Amino acid sequence: MNKETTAMPMSDPIQEAPRQRRSPRVWLSDFQENQAHLFLLAAMLILSLAVIDFGTWLVLTISGIAMGGMLFLMASGMTLTFGLMSVLNLAHGAFISLGAFAGGTVLAFWLDGFAGAPGLMSNLVAIIPALLFAAFVAGIVGLVFEKLVIKPVYGDHLKQILVTVGGSIILMQLIEVIWGPNEIPVTRPESLSGALMLPESLPVIGGIVLEKFRLLAVVLGLAIYAAMLWVIDRTRIGILIRAGVESREMVEIQGYRIHLLFLGVFIAGSALAGLGGVMWGMYKEILTPHMGDEMMISVIVVIILGGLGSIRGCFYGALLVGLINLYIGFVEPRLAAVATVGLMVGVLMWRPQGLIPVIKV
Amino acid sequence: MAEPILTLSGVKADIEQYHILHGVDLVVPRGELTVLLGRNGAGKSTSLRTIMGLTNLTGGSITYQGQDISRWPTPKIARAGIAFVPESMGIFGLLTVRENLVLAAVSGPMDEARLQWIFDLFPPLKKFWDKPAGTLSGGQKQMLAIARAVIEPRDLLLVDEPTKGLAPAIINDLADAFEQLKEQQVSILLVEQNFNFSRRLGQSVAVMNDGAVVHSGTMAELSENEELQQELLGLGLGAHQ
Repeated sequence: MNKETTAMPMSDPIQEAPRQRRSPRVWLSDFQENQAHLFLLAAMLILSLAVIDFGTWLVLTISGIAMGGMLFLMASGMTLTFGLMSVLNLAHGAFISLGAFAGGTVLAFWLDGFAGAPGLMSNLVAIIPALLFAAFVAGIVGLVFEKLVIKPVYGDHLKQILVTVGGSIILMQLIEVIWGPNEIPVTRPESLSGALMLPESLPVIGGIVLEKFRLLAVVLGLAIYAAMLWVIDRTRIGILIRAGVESREMVEIQGYRIHLLFLGVFIAGSALAGLGGVMWGMYKEILTPHMGDEMMISVIVVIILGGLGSIRGCFYGALLVGLINLYIGFVEPRLAAVATVGLMVGVLMWRPQGLIPVIKV
Repeated sequence: MAEPILTLSGVKADIEQYHILHGVDLVVPRGELTVLLGRNGAGKSTSLRTIMGLTNLTGGSITYQGQDISRWPTPKIARAGIAFVPESMGIFGLLTVRENLVLAAVSGPMDEARLQWIFDLFPPLKKFWDKPAGTLSGGQKQMLAIARAVIEPRDLLLVDEPTKGLAPAIINDLADAFEQLKEQQVSILLVEQNFNFSRRLGQSVAVMNDGAVVHSGTMAELSENEELQQELLGLGLGAHQ
């Protein structure tokens, strides 16, 4: 008898399980399992509110989100380069520094007149070029760096670690050569310094003082996140990036040059690091060549926490790290650094692939 | 025999330190379905991967439509009109069915009429259009893999063991799809272990053993000659009946 003609009774593999009424407990464990990032965020917000009074909590939360926004800018490029080409770029911190110095130069030297003038419009004349210039310089250096340093060591993590650490030292030394070894103070533009007080007349939140700069960081972080999600979810380039994270070979088989795609992503990632750097520089109000390197622990925690290669994971990871830093820093300042790494260890024990895994590592 | 669309002459290829292909000579006639048969480890899959530029070619040449493509990078080979469906199918599981097809249509937006033809061939793809491809069953994934290969007109399809692990009913659906592609005069090189499936579809056939082609000719000749089948494929012992 012919093999093909022996029909077997088949069960429908896509038949849905009968819907059951779910108890709150089942719902909670479902939520915890399927929306781990939201569950953790909600848990952190609720638990912290239980120990901190509301007014302080709100200020800490907004500061934490601002911190998270800046961390997201700094980390998003690194998670994509790792996800797409499995390239471990430990020189990412140098691009953060580079962006900070490039943007800082615009603010403190080239357009300092506009930055120091009162009035939002004239400040924006300095801030927007500073952001763009930081992204531009970091992006261009990223292009050269990828060609010279990263490309020869594809597929070899050990070499990548050695070579990118070396590249990072060279970049930071170059910053010292160009800008000198001394710290450079950068004052925030007039309309971003100081704080905003919510009107006393408002119930509950009246009288709360919010730093203006942090609000900018929140807005910028959210805007960039929204833009990246749009690119990743809706555009052909985004589909290609997600496909490349799954299988580089299949992307090539379909007729796309994966290396060109990766080069583009690397440049964009470097530019974002530069953007994060200039925000970080304005936040700290002082520039040092090692400022980016000092952020690398947090950046690495963020991308591991979120799930390597995941933009959404990176965003939630950055928020969680930003928030836990502020909350724990308020309750017990000496534990703030421990909390960041503790959070990562805890999440990894619970979900070894991170909160929103996209690739298997 | 029709003029060849693809010719391999003396192709040698390595995977890491192993020599897998020891001089493959193979001709794929234009507009026909050619089946590549042989035991596990004979080098069938490696031959397809080598045509796509995915292995380390160490000797010989590959000529496609009159051009030597032996040293071309994979994306260039794909853009020249060769579609490859690997044994693993290579579906992007986190992408939706739609997104998988959007990427496969390299030259721009998908052609509506062609998409409709694909939906008629493989109705489940329409049903699960916006579902992640990773949630499809094995047979549906294979349908998607083949749909991706034909979403745009291609000159040559390389398909590696499409029937592997599939239920008989789905294998019949796939055979119908290949029949339609044959009618459209698409040249196809099909690697198969399933001899009945191959016999139904194939016009010409090549048999590989130990990294080389040991027999080539028409399928009619091979399917009538049981002695030859036994000699080349070890058939007739009930293995494939």
